[in-house]
Amino acid sequence: MTNNSNKEKTLGEVMRSRGVSRRSFLKFCAATASMMAMSPAMIPKIAHALESARRPSVIWLSFQECTGCTESLTRAHTATIESLIFDSISLDYHHTLQAASGHAAEEAREAAMNENWGKYILVVDGSIPTDNPGYSTIAGISNLDMFMQTAAGAAAIISVGTCAAYGGIPHADPNPTGAYSVYDVIKKFSNNQLDGISSATLAKAGEGSVVSKPIISVPGCPPIPVVITGVLTHFLTFGTIPELDHLGRPKAFYGQSIHDRCYRRPFYDKGLFAETFDDEGAKKGWCLYKLGCKGPTTYNACATTKWNDGTSFPIESGHPCLGCSEPDFWDGGGFYKALSMPTENITQTAIYTAAGAAAVGVALGAMNKSKKNNAVAAHNKTTIDDLEK
Amino acid sequence: MSDFSIVQFNIQIGDDLTHNVKPLLHEIKHGLDKLVETGQTSIIDLRSIPLAPGEEDKILSMLGQGEVQAQLNALGLSEVTETQYAGVWIVTHYNDENHIISRFIEVTTMPEILCSQTEDIMAAYSRLTVSLEDNV
Repeated sequence: MTNNSNKEKTLGEVMRSRGVSRRSFLKFCAATASMMAMSPAMIPKIAHALESARRPSVIWLSFQECTGCTESLTRAHTATIESLIFDSISLDYHHTLQAASGHAAEEAREAAMNENWGKYILVVDGSIPTDNPGYSTIAGISNLDMFMQTAAGAAAIISVGTCAAYGGIPHADPNPTGAYSVYDVIKKFSNNQLDGISSATLAKAGEGSVVSKPIISVPGCPPIPVVITGVLTHFLTFGTIPELDHLGRPKAFYGQSIHDRCYRRPFYDKGLFAETFDDEGAKKGWCLYKLGCKGPTTYNACATTKWNDGTSFPIESGHPCLGCSEPDFWDGGGFYKALSMPTENITQTAIYTAAGAAAVGVALGAMNKSKKNNAVAAHNKTTIDDLEK
Repeated sequence: MSDFSIVQFNIQIGDDLTHNVKPLLHEIKHGLDKLVETGQTSIIDLRSIPLAPGEEDKILSMLGQGEVQAQLNALGLSEVTETQYAGVWIVTHYNDENHIISRFIEVTTMPEILCSQTEDIMAAYSRLTVSLEDNV
Protein backbone atom coordinates (compact mmCIF):
# COMPACT_ATOMS: atom_id res chain seq x y z
CA MET A 1 0.00 0.00 0.00
CA THR A 2 2.73 2.44 0.91
CA ASN A 3 5.30 3.59 -1.58
CA ASN A 4 7.85 5.79 0.14
CA SER A 5 9.25 7.34 -3.05
CA ASN A 6 5.75 8.39 -4.07
CA LYS A 7 5.12 9.99 -0.68
CA GLU A 8 7.59 12.76 -1.46
CA LYS A 9 5.98 13.58 -4.80
CA THR A 10 3.09 15.95 -5.30
CA LEU A 11 -0.18 14.53 -6.54
CA GLY A 12 0.39 16.22 -9.92
CA GLU A 13 3.79 14.54 -10.24
CA VAL A 14 2.37 11.14 -9.31
CA MET A 15 -0.37 11.52 -11.93
CA ARG A 16 1.95 12.69 -14.69
CA SER A 17 4.34 9.80 -13.93
CA ARG A 18 1.37 7.48 -14.52
CA GLY A 19 0.59 9.06 -17.86
CA VAL A 20 -2.46 11.04 -16.73
CA SER A 21 -2.69 14.15 -18.96
CA ARG A 22 -3.59 17.61 -17.68
CA ARG A 23 -6.76 17.39 -19.73
CA SER A 24 -7.72 14.15 -17.93
CA PHE A 25 -6.92 15.84 -14.66
CA LEU A 26 -9.20 18.77 -15.53
CA LYS A 27 -11.96 16.29 -16.29
CA PHE A 28 -11.41 14.70 -12.89
CA CYS A 29 -11.57 18.14 -11.23
CA ALA A 30 -14.80 18.97 -13.08
CA ALA A 31 -16.40 15.72 -11.86
CA THR A 32 -15.11 16.41 -8.34
CA ALA A 33 -16.54 19.94 -8.27
CA SER A 34 -19.86 18.56 -9.48
CA MET A 35 -20.04 15.82 -6.84
CA MET A 36 -19.04 18.23 -4.07
CA ALA A 37 -21.75 20.67 -5.14
CA MET A 38 -19.11 23.33 -5.71
CA SER A 39 -19.46 26.08 -8.24
CA PRO A 40 -17.92 25.08 -11.59
CA ALA A 41 -15.85 28.26 -11.18
CA MET A 42 -13.89 26.32 -8.52
CA ILE A 43 -12.56 23.82 -11.07
CA PRO A 44 -9.25 25.67 -11.77
CA LYS A 45 -8.69 26.18 -8.02
CA ILE A 46 -9.23 22.47 -7.30
CA ALA A 47 -6.85 21.58 -10.14
CA HIS A 48 -4.12 23.88 -8.85
CA ALA A 49 -4.43 22.76 -5.21
CA LEU A 50 -4.58 19.03 -5.96
CA GLU A 51 -1.62 19.20 -8.31
CA SER A 52 0.60 20.65 -5.63
CA ALA A 53 -0.77 18.53 -2.74
CA ARG A 54 1.44 15.91 -1.09
CA ARG A 55 0.06 12.43 -0.46
CA PRO A 56 -1.44 12.26 3.04
CA SER A 57 -1.19 9.16 5.19
CA VAL A 58 -4.58 7.58 5.93
CA ILE A 59 -5.22 5.05 8.70
CA TRP A 60 -8.59 3.30 8.44
CA LEU A 61 -9.93 1.56 11.56
CA SER A 62 -12.93 -0.79 11.38
CA PHE A 63 -14.71 -1.53 14.65
CA GLN A 64 -18.29 -2.80 15.22
CA GLU A 65 -19.37 -2.73 11.57
CA CYS A 66 -20.58 -4.96 8.75
CA THR A 67 -17.95 -3.89 6.14
CA GLY A 68 -20.76 -2.33 4.11
CA CYS A 69 -19.00 1.06 4.17
CA THR A 70 -15.80 -0.40 2.71
CA GLU A 71 -17.89 -2.36 0.18
CA SER A 72 -19.63 0.87 -0.83
CA LEU A 73 -16.33 2.62 -1.39
CA THR A 74 -14.45 -0.15 -3.16
CA ARG A 75 -17.39 -0.75 -5.50
CA ALA A 76 -17.65 2.93 -6.37
CA HIS A 77 -18.85 3.25 -9.95
CA THR A 78 -16.50 5.99 -11.06
CA ALA A 79 -13.59 3.57 -10.77
CA THR A 80 -11.01 5.54 -12.72
CA ILE A 81 -11.81 8.89 -11.17
CA GLU A 82 -11.95 7.56 -7.63
CA SER A 83 -8.82 5.52 -8.07
CA LEU A 84 -7.08 8.84 -8.68
CA ILE A 85 -8.02 9.92 -5.20
CA PHE A 86 -6.98 6.60 -3.72
CA ASP A 87 -3.74 6.75 -5.61
CA SER A 88 -3.27 10.15 -4.11
CA ILE A 89 -3.46 8.96 -0.51
CA SER A 90 -1.16 6.59 1.28
CA LEU A 91 -3.56 4.06 2.81
CA ASP A 92 -1.21 2.77 5.49
CA TYR A 93 -3.63 0.59 7.46
CA HIS A 94 -7.00 -0.95 6.61
CA HIS A 95 -7.26 -4.38 8.14
CA THR A 96 -10.02 -5.57 5.80
CA LEU A 97 -8.09 -4.68 2.64
CA GLN A 98 -4.48 -5.29 3.62
CA ALA A 99 -2.70 -8.62 3.32
CA ALA A 100 -0.87 -8.38 6.65
CA SER A 101 -2.67 -9.33 9.84
CA GLY A 102 -2.11 -9.58 13.58
CA HIS A 103 1.07 -8.10 15.02
CA ALA A 104 2.61 -7.35 11.59
CA ALA A 105 -0.41 -5.19 10.69
CA GLU A 106 -0.33 -3.39 14.03
CA GLU A 107 3.37 -2.66 13.56
CA ALA A 108 2.53 -1.06 10.20
CA ARG A 109 -0.10 1.10 11.89
CA GLU A 110 2.30 2.20 14.60
CA ALA A 111 5.02 2.93 12.05
CA ALA A 112 2.62 5.07 10.00
CA MET A 113 1.50 6.89 13.16
CA ASN A 114 5.06 7.64 14.27
CA GLU A 115 6.15 8.77 10.80
CA ASN A 116 3.17 11.09 10.34
CA TRP A 117 2.27 12.08 13.91
CA GLY A 118 -0.15 15.01 13.85
CA LYS A 119 -0.61 14.83 10.07
CA TYR A 120 -2.43 11.63 9.14
CA ILE A 121 -6.15 11.30 8.50
CA LEU A 122 -7.94 8.75 10.66
CA VAL A 123 -10.98 7.11 9.04
CA VAL A 124 -13.22 5.12 11.38
CA ASP A 125 -16.09 2.86 10.38
CA GLY A 126 -18.15 1.05 12.97
CA SER A 127 -19.15 2.03 16.48
CA ILE A 128 -16.92 1.62 19.52
CA PRO A 129 -18.06 -0.72 22.34
CA THR A 130 -17.43 0.75 25.79
CA ASP A 131 -19.08 -1.77 28.16
CA ASN A 132 -16.58 -4.60 27.98
CA PRO A 133 -13.29 -4.31 26.06
CA GLY A 134 -13.61 -7.96 25.05
CA TYR A 135 -16.69 -7.35 22.88
CA SER A 136 -14.51 -6.33 19.96
CA THR A 137 -10.73 -6.53 19.75
CA ILE A 138 -8.13 -6.43 16.97
CA ALA A 139 -4.81 -8.21 17.57
CA GLY A 140 -5.76 -8.32 21.26
CA ILE A 141 -6.23 -4.54 21.45
CA SER A 142 -9.68 -3.29 22.45
CA ASN A 143 -11.44 -1.03 19.95
CA LEU A 144 -11.52 1.74 22.55
CA ASP A 145 -7.76 1.59 23.15
CA MET A 146 -6.94 1.38 19.45
CA PHE A 147 -9.20 4.31 18.63
CA MET A 148 -7.89 6.58 21.40
CA GLN A 149 -4.25 5.78 20.59
CA THR A 150 -4.68 6.42 16.87
CA ALA A 151 -6.92 9.47 17.26
CA ALA A 152 -4.26 11.14 19.39
CA GLY A 153 -1.92 11.64 16.42
CA ALA A 154 -4.52 12.39 13.74
CA ALA A 155 -4.90 15.72 11.93
CA ALA A 156 -8.62 15.00 11.53
CA ILE A 157 -11.03 12.11 12.06
CA ILE A 158 -13.57 11.04 9.45
CA SER A 159 -16.44 8.95 10.86
CA VAL A 160 -17.58 6.89 7.89
CA GLY A 161 -21.05 5.34 8.07
CA THR A 162 -23.91 5.74 10.52
CA CYS A 163 -22.27 3.42 13.11
CA ALA A 164 -19.16 5.59 13.45
CA ALA A 165 -21.14 8.81 13.11
CA TYR A 166 -23.99 8.06 15.56
CA GLY A 167 -23.54 4.52 16.90
CA GLY A 168 -25.79 3.03 14.21
CA ILE A 169 -27.26 -0.45 14.55
CA PRO A 170 -24.93 -1.59 17.39
CA HIS A 171 -26.15 1.46 19.36
CA ALA A 172 -29.84 0.58 18.75
CA ASP A 173 -31.94 -0.31 21.76
CA PRO A 174 -30.95 -2.12 24.00
CA ASN A 175 -27.35 -1.37 22.92
CA PRO A 176 -25.90 -4.57 24.43
CA THR A 177 -22.24 -3.59 23.93
CA GLY A 178 -22.45 0.00 25.12
CA ALA A 179 -21.67 1.11 21.56
CA TYR A 180 -21.02 4.78 20.90
CA SER A 181 -20.06 6.97 18.00
CA VAL A 182 -16.62 8.51 17.56
CA TYR A 183 -17.97 11.88 18.67
CA ASP A 184 -19.66 10.46 21.78
CA VAL A 185 -16.59 8.45 22.80
CA ILE A 186 -14.42 11.56 22.67
CA LYS A 187 -17.09 13.54 24.52
CA LYS A 188 -17.28 10.88 27.23
CA PHE A 189 -13.50 10.81 27.43
CA SER A 190 -13.33 14.56 27.92
CA ASN A 191 -15.96 14.26 30.69
CA ASN A 192 -14.05 11.40 32.39
CA GLN A 193 -16.97 9.03 31.76
CA LEU A 194 -14.98 6.22 30.14
CA ASP A 195 -13.55 3.19 31.94
CA GLY A 196 -11.34 0.44 30.57
CA ILE A 197 -8.72 2.57 28.83
CA SER A 198 -5.16 1.42 29.46
CA SER A 199 -2.76 3.80 31.17
CA ALA A 200 -0.50 3.83 28.06
CA THR A 201 -3.45 4.92 25.91
CA LEU A 202 -4.43 7.58 28.41
CA ALA A 203 -0.94 9.05 28.27
CA LYS A 204 -0.96 9.04 24.47
CA ALA A 205 -4.45 10.55 24.28
CA GLY A 206 -3.36 13.38 26.57
CA GLU A 207 -0.18 13.94 24.57
CA GLY A 208 -2.14 14.26 21.33
CA SER A 209 -4.97 16.45 22.75
CA VAL A 210 -7.49 13.95 21.44
CA VAL A 211 -10.47 16.02 22.62
CA SER A 212 -9.67 18.85 20.20
CA LYS A 213 -9.50 16.79 16.98
CA PRO A 214 -11.83 17.89 14.18
CA ILE A 215 -14.41 15.20 13.42
CA ILE A 216 -16.20 14.95 10.08
CA SER A 217 -19.24 12.66 10.03
CA VAL A 218 -20.13 10.91 6.78
CA PRO A 219 -23.26 8.96 7.81
CA GLY A 220 -25.31 6.57 5.71
CA CYS A 221 -25.90 2.86 5.83
CA PRO A 222 -23.72 2.72 3.80
CA PRO A 223 -22.63 6.25 2.90
CA ILE A 224 -22.51 7.27 -0.75
CA PRO A 225 -18.98 6.46 -1.95
CA VAL A 226 -18.37 9.78 -3.67
CA VAL A 227 -19.15 11.53 -0.39
CA ILE A 228 -16.23 9.71 1.26
CA THR A 229 -13.86 10.60 -1.57
CA GLY A 230 -15.33 14.10 -1.73
CA VAL A 231 -14.35 14.75 1.89
CA LEU A 232 -10.83 13.44 1.24
CA THR A 233 -10.59 15.61 -1.87
CA HIS A 234 -11.69 18.67 0.06
CA PHE A 235 -9.02 18.03 2.66
CA LEU A 236 -6.39 17.60 -0.05
CA THR A 237 -7.58 20.65 -1.98
CA PHE A 238 -7.97 23.17 0.80
CA GLY A 239 -6.05 21.58 3.69
CA THR A 240 -9.08 22.15 5.89
CA ILE A 241 -12.24 20.25 6.73
CA PRO A 242 -15.36 21.16 4.75
CA GLU A 243 -18.14 23.28 6.21
CA LEU A 244 -20.19 21.08 8.56
CA ASP A 245 -23.79 21.12 9.78
CA HIS A 246 -24.91 20.81 13.42
CA LEU A 247 -24.36 17.02 13.29
CA GLY A 248 -20.83 17.34 11.93
CA ARG A 249 -21.79 16.42 8.33
CA PRO A 250 -20.37 18.22 5.27
CA LYS A 251 -23.01 20.68 4.13
CA ALA A 252 -22.11 20.11 0.47
CA PHE A 253 -23.66 16.65 0.69
CA TYR A 254 -26.00 16.85 3.69
CA GLY A 255 -27.19 20.44 3.32
CA GLN A 256 -30.60 19.59 1.94
CA SER A 257 -33.19 16.99 2.79
CA ILE A 258 -34.02 14.09 0.51
CA HIS A 259 -37.53 15.57 0.39
CA ASP A 260 -36.30 18.95 -0.88
CA ARG A 261 -34.28 17.35 -3.70
CA CYS A 262 -36.80 14.61 -4.52
CA TYR A 263 -38.25 14.64 -8.03
CA ARG A 264 -41.54 13.35 -6.47
CA ARG A 265 -41.82 16.47 -4.32
CA PRO A 266 -44.33 18.13 -6.68
CA PHE A 267 -46.73 15.23 -5.97
CA TYR A 268 -46.36 15.87 -2.24
CA ASP A 269 -47.14 19.55 -2.81
CA LYS A 270 -50.24 18.58 -4.77
CA GLY A 271 -51.34 16.10 -2.09
CA LEU A 272 -50.93 13.07 -4.38
CA PHE A 273 -49.73 10.05 -2.39
CA ALA A 274 -49.29 6.32 -2.98
CA GLU A 275 -51.37 4.57 -0.31
CA THR A 276 -50.01 1.06 -0.91
CA PHE A 277 -47.09 -0.34 -2.88
CA ASP A 278 -49.30 -1.55 -5.71
CA ASP A 279 -52.07 1.03 -6.05
CA GLU A 280 -52.56 3.49 -8.92
CA GLY A 281 -50.62 6.19 -7.06
CA ALA A 282 -47.59 3.92 -6.72
CA LYS A 283 -47.73 3.08 -10.42
CA LYS A 284 -47.97 6.76 -11.32
CA GLY A 285 -44.89 7.55 -9.23
CA TRP A 286 -46.69 9.65 -6.61
CA CYS A 287 -45.17 10.68 -3.29
CA LEU A 288 -44.29 7.84 -0.87
CA TYR A 289 -44.80 9.92 2.27
CA LYS A 290 -47.77 7.88 3.49
CA LEU A 291 -45.79 4.67 3.01
CA GLY A 292 -43.32 5.82 5.62
CA CYS A 293 -40.85 7.87 3.59
CA LYS A 294 -38.38 9.58 5.94
CA GLY A 295 -37.23 11.97 3.21
CA PRO A 296 -38.57 15.08 5.02
CA THR A 297 -36.34 14.47 8.07
CA THR A 298 -33.35 12.95 6.28
CA TYR A 299 -30.39 14.92 5.01
CA ASN A 300 -28.27 13.20 2.37
CA ALA A 301 -27.26 13.47 -1.30
CA CYS A 302 -29.01 10.29 -2.60
CA ALA A 303 -31.57 12.22 -4.68
CA THR A 304 -28.91 13.93 -6.79
CA THR A 305 -25.83 11.68 -6.51
CA LYS A 306 -27.84 8.44 -6.73
CA TRP A 307 -26.69 4.83 -6.42
CA ASN A 308 -25.65 1.86 -8.56
CA ASP A 309 -23.74 3.58 -11.34
CA GLY A 310 -25.94 6.66 -10.92
CA THR A 311 -29.00 4.60 -11.89
CA SER A 312 -31.45 5.69 -9.22
CA PHE A 313 -32.07 6.05 -5.51
CA PRO A 314 -34.57 4.17 -3.31
CA ILE A 315 -37.50 6.54 -3.94
CA GLU A 316 -36.93 6.36 -7.70
CA SER A 317 -37.16 2.58 -7.34
CA GLY A 318 -40.51 2.94 -5.58
CA HIS A 319 -39.38 2.50 -1.96
CA PRO A 320 -39.58 5.08 0.83
CA CYS A 321 -36.38 6.55 2.26
CA LEU A 322 -35.43 4.78 5.53
CA GLY A 323 -33.54 7.80 6.86
CA CYS A 324 -30.30 5.85 7.28
CA SER A 325 -28.10 8.94 7.51
CA GLU A 326 -29.90 10.27 10.58
CA PRO A 327 -29.14 9.51 14.24
CA ASP A 328 -31.07 6.56 15.73
CA PHE A 329 -32.78 5.72 12.44
CA TRP A 330 -33.07 2.11 13.56
CA ASP A 331 -35.14 3.13 16.60
CA GLY A 332 -37.10 5.81 14.76
CA GLY A 333 -40.38 3.87 14.48
CA GLY A 334 -41.44 1.47 11.76
CA PHE A 335 -39.90 1.97 8.36
CA TYR A 336 -43.39 1.89 6.83
CA LYS A 337 -45.12 4.21 9.30
CA ALA A 338 -45.71 7.69 7.97
CA LEU A 339 -44.02 10.46 9.95
CA SER A 340 -47.33 12.31 10.14
CA MET A 341 -50.47 12.24 8.07
CA PRO A 342 -51.52 15.42 6.32
CA THR A 343 -55.24 16.07 6.86
CA GLU A 344 -57.65 16.77 4.04
CA ASN A 345 -57.67 20.47 4.93
CA ILE A 346 -53.90 20.71 4.91
CA THR A 347 -53.75 19.08 1.49
CA GLN A 348 -56.34 21.48 0.08
CA THR A 349 -54.48 24.43 1.48
CA ALA A 350 -51.31 23.17 -0.14
CA ILE A 351 -53.01 22.94 -3.48
CA TYR A 352 -54.61 26.35 -3.53
CA THR A 353 -52.14 28.75 -1.98
CA ALA A 354 -48.38 28.99 -2.11
CA ALA A 355 -48.34 30.74 1.26
CA GLY A 356 -50.49 27.97 2.63
CA ALA A 357 -48.06 25.40 1.26
CA ALA A 358 -45.16 27.09 3.04
CA ALA A 359 -47.11 27.14 6.31
CA VAL A 360 -48.03 23.49 5.87
CA GLY A 361 -44.38 22.66 5.35
CA VAL A 362 -43.48 24.26 8.67
CA ALA A 363 -46.37 22.60 10.46
CA LEU A 364 -45.66 19.17 9.03
CA GLY A 365 -41.96 19.57 9.75
CA ALA A 366 -42.75 20.18 13.42
CA MET A 367 -45.17 17.22 13.47
CA ASN A 368 -42.59 15.00 11.77
CA LYS A 369 -39.87 15.84 14.26
CA SER A 370 -42.21 15.34 17.18
CA LYS A 371 -43.44 12.00 15.86
CA LYS A 372 -39.89 10.83 15.19
CA ASN A 373 -38.79 11.80 18.71
CA ASN A 374 -41.77 10.01 20.24
CA ALA A 375 -41.00 6.90 18.23
CA VAL A 376 -37.39 6.92 19.35
CA ALA A 377 -38.52 7.26 22.96
CA ALA A 378 -40.97 4.36 22.62
CA HIS A 379 -38.58 2.23 20.50
CA ASN A 380 -41.32 1.29 18.07
CA LYS A 381 -40.56 -1.82 16.06
CA THR A 382 -41.48 -2.58 12.49
CA THR A 383 -44.08 -5.33 12.53
CA ILE A 384 -45.37 -7.72 9.92
CA ASP A 385 -48.55 -5.60 9.85
CA ASP A 386 -46.50 -2.62 8.67
CA LEU A 387 -45.06 -4.68 5.84
CA GLU A 388 -48.50 -5.89 4.79
CA LYS A 389 -50.07 -2.45 4.95
CA MET B 1 -39.71 -12.42 -15.03
CA SER B 2 -43.49 -12.52 -14.86
CA ASP B 3 -45.52 -9.61 -16.20
CA PHE B 4 -47.11 -8.63 -12.90
CA SER B 5 -43.71 -7.94 -11.32
CA ILE B 6 -43.05 -5.02 -13.68
CA VAL B 7 -44.34 -1.66 -12.50
CA GLN B 8 -44.56 0.98 -15.22
CA PHE B 9 -44.16 4.50 -13.92
CA ASN B 10 -46.32 6.84 -15.89
CA ILE B 11 -44.15 9.95 -15.79
CA GLN B 12 -43.93 11.58 -19.19
CA ILE B 13 -41.33 14.02 -20.48
CA GLY B 14 -43.97 16.66 -21.05
CA ASP B 15 -45.08 16.64 -17.41
CA ASP B 16 -42.48 19.28 -16.44
CA LEU B 17 -42.53 18.06 -12.85
CA THR B 18 -39.99 20.32 -11.20
CA HIS B 19 -40.59 23.46 -13.28
CA ASN B 20 -36.81 23.89 -13.50
CA VAL B 21 -36.55 23.53 -17.29
CA LYS B 22 -37.67 27.01 -18.31
CA PRO B 23 -35.68 28.96 -15.67
CA LEU B 24 -32.57 27.02 -16.70
CA LEU B 25 -33.06 27.96 -20.35
CA HIS B 26 -33.46 31.60 -19.30
CA GLU B 27 -30.19 31.33 -17.34
CA ILE B 28 -28.51 30.17 -20.54
CA LYS B 29 -29.96 33.17 -22.37
CA HIS B 30 -28.54 35.53 -19.73
CA GLY B 31 -25.20 33.67 -20.03
CA LEU B 32 -25.13 34.34 -23.77
CA ASP B 33 -25.87 38.00 -23.14
CA LYS B 34 -22.95 38.24 -20.68
CA LEU B 35 -20.65 36.45 -23.13
CA VAL B 36 -21.43 38.94 -25.88
CA GLU B 37 -21.36 42.04 -23.69
CA THR B 38 -18.39 41.35 -21.43
CA GLY B 39 -16.77 38.14 -22.68
CA GLN B 40 -17.59 36.48 -19.32
CA THR B 41 -18.13 32.74 -19.61
CA SER B 42 -20.48 30.70 -17.45
CA ILE B 43 -20.99 27.05 -16.58
CA ILE B 44 -24.12 25.32 -15.31
CA ASP B 45 -23.73 21.97 -13.57
CA LEU B 46 -26.77 19.92 -14.58
CA ARG B 47 -26.19 17.55 -11.65
CA SER B 48 -26.74 20.36 -9.16
CA ILE B 49 -30.32 20.98 -10.22
CA PRO B 50 -33.22 18.70 -9.25
CA LEU B 51 -34.67 17.34 -12.48
CA ALA B 52 -37.33 14.67 -12.87
CA PRO B 53 -36.76 11.72 -15.21
CA GLY B 54 -36.99 13.08 -18.75
CA GLU B 55 -36.43 16.75 -17.90
CA GLU B 56 -32.71 16.69 -18.70
CA ASP B 57 -33.52 15.10 -22.05
CA LYS B 58 -36.06 17.85 -22.61
CA ILE B 59 -33.40 20.53 -22.02
CA LEU B 60 -30.94 18.79 -24.34
CA SER B 61 -33.59 18.35 -26.99
CA MET B 62 -34.58 22.04 -26.84
CA LEU B 63 -30.93 23.13 -27.17
CA GLY B 64 -30.48 20.79 -30.12
CA GLN B 65 -27.26 20.16 -31.99
CA GLY B 66 -25.06 22.67 -33.83
CA GLU B 67 -22.00 22.52 -36.07
CA VAL B 68 -19.34 21.11 -33.74
CA GLN B 69 -19.11 17.71 -32.11
CA ALA B 70 -15.90 16.50 -30.46
CA GLN B 71 -14.91 13.41 -28.53
CA LEU B 72 -12.08 13.23 -26.02
CA ASN B 73 -10.47 10.12 -24.70
CA ALA B 74 -9.29 11.25 -21.28
CA LEU B 75 -9.95 8.88 -18.37
CA GLY B 76 -12.93 7.57 -20.30
CA LEU B 77 -14.91 9.27 -23.01
CA SER B 78 -15.99 12.92 -22.98
CA GLU B 79 -18.35 14.48 -25.50
CA VAL B 80 -18.28 18.18 -26.30
CA THR B 81 -21.11 19.43 -28.50
CA GLU B 82 -22.04 22.90 -29.61
CA THR B 83 -25.80 23.29 -29.52
CA GLN B 84 -27.87 24.95 -32.22
CA TYR B 85 -27.29 28.16 -30.24
CA ALA B 86 -23.67 29.15 -30.99
CA GLY B 87 -21.68 29.67 -27.79
CA VAL B 88 -23.79 27.17 -25.83
CA TRP B 89 -21.98 23.87 -25.38
CA ILE B 90 -22.90 20.58 -23.72
CA VAL B 91 -19.92 18.90 -22.06
CA THR B 92 -20.57 15.34 -20.90
CA HIS B 93 -17.95 13.29 -19.06
CA TYR B 94 -18.17 9.49 -18.91
CA ASN B 95 -16.17 7.02 -16.85
CA ASP B 96 -14.48 3.89 -18.21
CA GLU B 97 -17.79 2.02 -18.02
CA ASN B 98 -19.51 4.66 -20.14
CA HIS B 99 -21.64 5.98 -17.28
CA ILE B 100 -22.12 9.72 -17.12
CA ILE B 101 -20.16 11.19 -14.19
CA SER B 102 -20.88 14.85 -14.85
CA ARG B 103 -22.63 17.04 -17.40
CA PHE B 104 -22.25 20.78 -17.83
CA ILE B 105 -23.76 23.44 -20.02
CA GLU B 106 -20.95 25.86 -20.85
CA VAL B 107 -21.58 29.27 -22.34
CA THR B 108 -18.26 30.13 -23.94
CA THR B 109 -16.49 30.44 -27.28
CA MET B 110 -14.51 27.24 -26.60
CA PRO B 111 -14.76 24.86 -23.60
CA GLU B 112 -11.46 24.81 -21.71
CA ILE B 113 -11.21 21.01 -21.87
CA LEU B 114 -10.86 21.17 -25.68
CA CYS B 115 -7.79 23.41 -25.51
CA SER B 116 -4.31 21.85 -25.40
CA GLN B 117 -2.96 22.30 -21.88
CA THR B 118 0.41 23.95 -21.20
CA GLU B 119 1.69 21.02 -19.08
CA ASP B 120 0.79 18.55 -21.83
CA ILE B 121 2.45 20.78 -24.45
CA MET B 122 5.65 20.90 -22.36
CA ALA B 123 5.60 17.11 -21.96
CA ALA B 124 4.97 16.76 -25.69
CA TYR B 125 7.98 18.99 -26.46
CA SER B 126 10.22 16.76 -24.29
CA ARG B 127 8.89 13.58 -25.84
CA LEU B 128 9.36 14.86 -29.38
CA THR B 129 12.88 16.07 -28.56
CA VAL B 130 13.85 12.63 -27.18
CA SER B 131 12.24 10.91 -30.14
CA LEU B 132 14.16 13.07 -32.64
CA GLU B 133 17.47 12.50 -30.79
CA ASP B 134 16.89 8.75 -30.81
CA ASN B 135 15.73 8.36 -34.39
CA VAL B 136 17.23 11.10 -36.51
